[in-house]
Amino acid sequence: MTVTVLLFASYADALGSSAIELVVPDGSTVRDVLGTLAAMPGGHRLPPRPLVAVNAEYATAATTLRGGEEVAVIPPVAGG
Amino acid sequence: MRVALVDRPIDVAALISEVSNESCGAATVFLGCVRNVNDGRGVTGIEYSAYRRMAEREMTAIAAEAQAKFGVSRLVVEHRLGTLGLGDVSVAIAVAHPRRAPALDANRYVIEELKQRVPIWKLEHYADGSREWVGQGTRSIEHGGAEVEPLPAAAATEHSRP
Repeated sequence: MTVTVLLFASYADALGSSAIELVVPDGSTVRDVLGTLAAMPGGHRLPPRPLVAVNAEYATAATTLRGGEEVAVIPPVAGG
Repeated sequence: MRVALVDRPIDVAALISEVSNESCGAATVFLGCVRNVNDGRGVTGIEYSAYRRMAEREMTAIAAEAQAKFGVSRLVVEHRLGTLGLGDVSVAIAVAHPRRAPALDANRYVIEELKQRVPIWKLEHYADGSREWVGQGTRSIEHGGAEVEPLPAAAATEHSRP
């Protein structure tokens, strides 16, 4: 299955991209997606447990994906 | 109640007019502005970016929470994105209510929650020509309250946009 990973700010700089189509095994969790990202070039610069949102809602590492989701890896926010 | 991300200067007077009416004895305004120094470094400007879809959703949720907690319905929040200069208004919150306490409390609540939850980032431009992402949100994926390690400053600077 495929998920769309969105990266922002310093995380986009680390991976050199702001959106990545990722093919992952069926039944993958957010944790699995983060593991795949960590193994990509520049992925070692992501923190071990970044904040993640699935379809624009904050999620946990254990959240199971069905495919087709938008998985956003969220750096420490700095609005205001 | 209205929230918005905007790509133009924020018209503060218009926001006050939007929330005020004759039943309201109080109107409060909070403005976040671009400051000329951060952690002792001279700042020349800030570039704001967002995960727009989620930022609008979180801002809407925060406004609804303020409404529920403080009974305020006349509330507007605008956050500006793009490159801002010194003194520019980056965020404005206006609340009107018959009494001052709910208007003050709701305003404080909205800015504090916004800074913790809304996926907006700032790339600070410094007087020495360098740029760096600034982070202050502290929630991790596992549970609220845990610290998230920011990327090392040097690494973030090295890969900042030109």
